[in-house]
Amino acid sequence: MGSIQLVGVRKEFGGVKVINGVDLMIPDGSFTVFVGPSGCGKSTLLRLIAGLEDVSSGQVLIDGQDMTHIGPAKRGLAMVFQSYALYPHMSVRSNIAFALKMAGEGADVIEQKVRKAAATLNLTDYLDRKPRQLSGGQRQRVAIGRAIVREPKAFLLDEPLSNLDAALRVHMRIEIGELHNTLKTTMIYVTHDQVEAMTMADNIVVLDKGSVAQAGSPLELYNRPNGLFVAGFIGSPTMNLLTGEPAAKRGAATIGIRPEHTDVSTSAGEWPAQVRVVEHLGSDTFVHAEADGIGPLSIRLSGEAPLTPGETIFATPREAHLHRFDADGRRIG
Amino acid sequence: MARKQSTRKRIGMTILAWLVGFLIFLPILWTFLTSFKSELDAFSMPPKFLFFHWTTENYAEVQSRSNYLLFATNSIVLSIGANLVGLLIAVPAAWSMAFAPGKRTKDLLMWMLSTKMMPGVGVLVPIYLLFRDFHLLDNRLGIGFVLLMLNLPILIWMLYTYFKEIPVDILEAARMDGASLFNEIVYVLTPMSIPGIASTMLLAIILSWNEAFWTLNLTTFNAAPLTAFIASYSAPEGLFWAKLSAASTLAIAPILVLGWFSQKQLVRGLTFGAVK
Repeated sequence: MGSIQLVGVRKEFGGVKVINGVDLMIPDGSFTVFVGPSGCGKSTLLRLIAGLEDVSSGQVLIDGQDMTHIGPAKRGLAMVFQSYALYPHMSVRSNIAFALKMAGEGADVIEQKVRKAAATLNLTDYLDRKPRQLSGGQRQRVAIGRAIVREPKAFLLDEPLSNLDAALRVHMRIEIGELHNTLKTTMIYVTHDQVEAMTMADNIVVLDKGSVAQAGSPLELYNRPNGLFVAGFIGSPTMNLLTGEPAAKRGAATIGIRPEHTDVSTSAGEWPAQVRVVEHLGSDTFVHAEADGIGPLSIRLSGEAPLTPGETIFATPREAHLHRFDADGRRIG
Repeated sequence: MARKQSTRKRIGMTILAWLVGFLIFLPILWTFLTSFKSELDAFSMPPKFLFFHWTTENYAEVQSRSNYLLFATNSIVLSIGANLVGLLIAVPAAWSMAFAPGKRTKDLLMWMLSTKMMPGVGVLVPIYLLFRDFHLLDNRLGIGFVLLMLNLPILIWMLYTYFKEIPVDILEAARMDGASLFNEIVYVLTPMSIPGIASTMLLAIILSWNEAFWTLNLTTFNAAPLTAFIASYSAPEGLFWAKLSAASTLAIAPILVLGWFSQKQLVRGLTFGAVK
């Protein structure tokens, strides 16, 4: 079991409001991702759940029990830090065993659990090494091993992949996903990378300036962003947000259209535009164009497109995929 | 790329460095040489550098006249004992200032340091009277307490700067792993800070070893360390340079050897935080 509920959680640091009243239900066994730009409060929210920071007001419930004023050691949660935070003076074995030792487990039980965790994470050959003798990916696995031996109610992961190189990041992303499928333990994962959020989560919480902008499944957020912030944040390349005449024509203050939901023709269409940059990815082509009287427009075309900078094209949005927002940035319809 | 230096400039700098080093070392060398001179040679004018009648009679005299071992034992017990107790107080104090600072932590640190700025003689009389009334004069416990108090601000300051360099994440990880505050300090913080604690201790021991003002004023024989042993040769009968030098050489020898072998740690301790 490991459901986590936040009720009216607020946090201030010396008068500066960092979290402004968050109500959230994280179901048992879910993979929930907190995502948002730097300074949105996602890491603080995770630390409040961990108990590493005290809430200014509100409640943190774990499995229905009020844990607001219980210390981090007694909440039954495990955390993986961005910096790995391994104990540099201990071997991999002692690092993984530390929590069990603190819990007063017997030597046999500890050895058995450490071996099991090491086997799961391919660390068996490295048990006697010190953290400084390991690569970044191995260190990250030790940090995860340290978390899993405790059999916690939930894992809290604070940007665990941001110190790894791109290839390793993709690899570890898959490993963490598989780990979640095996363990079926609640995971809360903090990242600023919306691609990580989209690929890993079954539940995404988008945070903006210390409040929940929107929470839901990845596709819900992608297909029906409830406001301009989420519309602009989720999706890569970002959604085109247009104001003025094209929006007014559709009864909105702003309209949004994703790059892949725009058709392109060289002869006729709704928005004439000049091609500025063409990025050929092989599987896709990204076109960055300047639409007359509208502004910059990104378009994603499937496969290869024989376009060159300076060329005039005509872009037409697919009406079914248009998002409309009112003057306050809220979704219409 | 490293900065290029001409050979001539490098030779010049090397000679200058050796000169400065020799200048700093000269008093110790001179004391050492004088300890092997006769009293007459010791203050002959012009001074005799190497060509004098070498003798070890001063050492024999010093050893027969006063019990070197008693003073040396006191020095060892006092400088190590006082600082070990100091460490027990300084580690938790530095922990709380580094990792759980309050609004007034910075002021508190400054205040502690300010106690080092006051000349000791300013409080000599009240402390002397207190020691007399509590029967602590010439008592190891009494002088040990004073040495502890003298070094505590330095111990806390140095450990504080060390602890500041330790990533908080690691301590938080220990907390998440279920470690109590005590376990966090014993199993995680302290082992990680061994180099820092070692160099702090080393410096503190050297300071205590060389402390002369309080040891001379508050001890006479039973609790007197080597500083008092040296001073006893500038006593009633007059100044005996050669014997004083022999006593000084004997007094600084242990700490010189300790310092020589732990140079690396010591330099790191003194420059910690400034360079990584």
